[in-house]
Amino acid sequence: MSVAQTKADRIRVIVAKVGLDGHDRGVKIVARTLRDAGMDVIYTGLHRTPEEVVEAAVQEDADVIGISILSGAHMTVFPKLLKLLKARGADDIKVMGGGVIPDEDVVKLKKMGVAEILLQDTPPAAIVDSVRRIVAERGAR
Amino acid sequence: MAYIPSMDLVPGVLKGDTRAVARLLSRAENGNEEGRPALEEIFKRAGRAHVVGITGVPGSGKSTLVAKLTAAIRASGRKVAIIAVDPSSPYSGGSILGDRIRMGELVGDKGVYVRSMATRGALGGLARGTLEAVDIVDAAGYDMVLIETVGVGQDEVDVARASHTTVVVSAPGLGDDIQAIKAGVLEIADIHVVSKCDKPDADRTISDLKNMLVLSLGLQPHVPAPLDVGARKAARWQVPVVPTSSVNDKGIEELLKEIDRHGRSLKESGEIVERQAAIAERRLVKASEEMLRDKLEERRGELSVLLKELAARRVSPHYAARKLLTESGFGGDK
Repeated sequence: MSVAQTKADRIRVIVAKVGLDGHDRGVKIVARTLRDAGMDVIYTGLHRTPEEVVEAAVQEDADVIGISILSGAHMTVFPKLLKLLKARGADDIKVMGGGVIPDEDVVKLKKMGVAEILLQDTPPAAIVDSVRRIVAERGAR
Repeated sequence: MAYIPSMDLVPGVLKGDTRAVARLLSRAENGNEEGRPALEEIFKRAGRAHVVGITGVPGSGKSTLVAKLTAAIRASGRKVAIIAVDPSSPYSGGSILGDRIRMGELVGDKGVYVRSMATRGALGGLARGTLEAVDIVDAAGYDMVLIETVGVGQDEVDVARASHTTVVVSAPGLGDDIQAIKAGVLEIADIHVVSKCDKPDADRTISDLKNMLVLSLGLQPHVPAPLDVGARKAARWQVPVVPTSSVNDKGIEELLKEIDRHGRSLKESGEIVERQAAIAERRLVKASEEMLRDKLEERRGELSVLLKELAARRVSPHYAARKLLTESGFGGDK
């Protein structure tokens, strides 16, 4: 019997690219990494709005939203996502980010409530660990 | 946020609250025992929606078609839920669910609910929990439920036993592949769609399908149909072939018309009763299978001796299975 047949609350992650940012190699590698760690990964595709991502995350009952962003718009996108999740009563869905983000912004984003920012030199195993830790810290819901 | 007991989610589901629907759906998907009473309650309240299965080979354009079809159903004023199934990895158990990529523009619409599900080891084109998921969105007030199967090969026909109307999507240019799948999946169609009909070889695919339909009409009386509903269906319902193109939205309205016509035909001919019975039977078998599989999984640790015996060919698989079932409390004699 394969692992796929065991009963477990499988972690559901929605990975998305928001706005005018077509660099999707990173997000695909992350998706694959999380898949290989046994998670269900929902990929929304390119050019989504924060509203679309939040609604998709609610419908999919995601544990985590992972945003890959290489466009420099992170200081606009993340606050918006957090605000929308709160307004939807869905702030149990945790937000993570990855991509090209300056160190000083990383500090600010975490202060705002982004659960984790993983930069481009993060090893795959560390991405998996972060997702698992964040979901464990949130607890059952 | 504390854990919400599944039973407490039921009122929210019945009111159509998206969060409650999504949460209960996860409980169904994970197969938690805790969720069972809630799902039973939901099951009793469901049964109103028109359930449409959409199946076809990988890359035939199922997701795109589902997105377009959904827009058309919305234009007719009905609410739509989509259950989109993609495969789980047989190694890690994880999955990449990409059906939403084609459905981006539907997200803002409150009358549309989209849920991706991974197969989690289920064969047959659906996921574990797909049928419970259909119950949940049905009870939540969605008028039409579209089940998009995984990309199928030849034999994944479970969707026909889960839906009122089964749509099989074929794409042109697959040539011999079309021939190859004729024996299985093509037979379950209530409606055939030839997608991408803006492509040059679409006409050939359309005529291939039409020829096949003519042939199968003639053959049906001599062949014990694997899905017994299939044989009777053919007597009353002429399976149409609908060419579509998502590039210029061609054929989408026609497809919806055929789906609605099929829904009416089921009711008028009384065949809906047979279909419901076939779905019920299938669900009973599936539920039993799942319970059995879970039981085996629980006992996995105790199996090593038996497996060794089996691998060494000292006992037969049949003998081992009977022993296992008896010891698991499922009987197994005869």
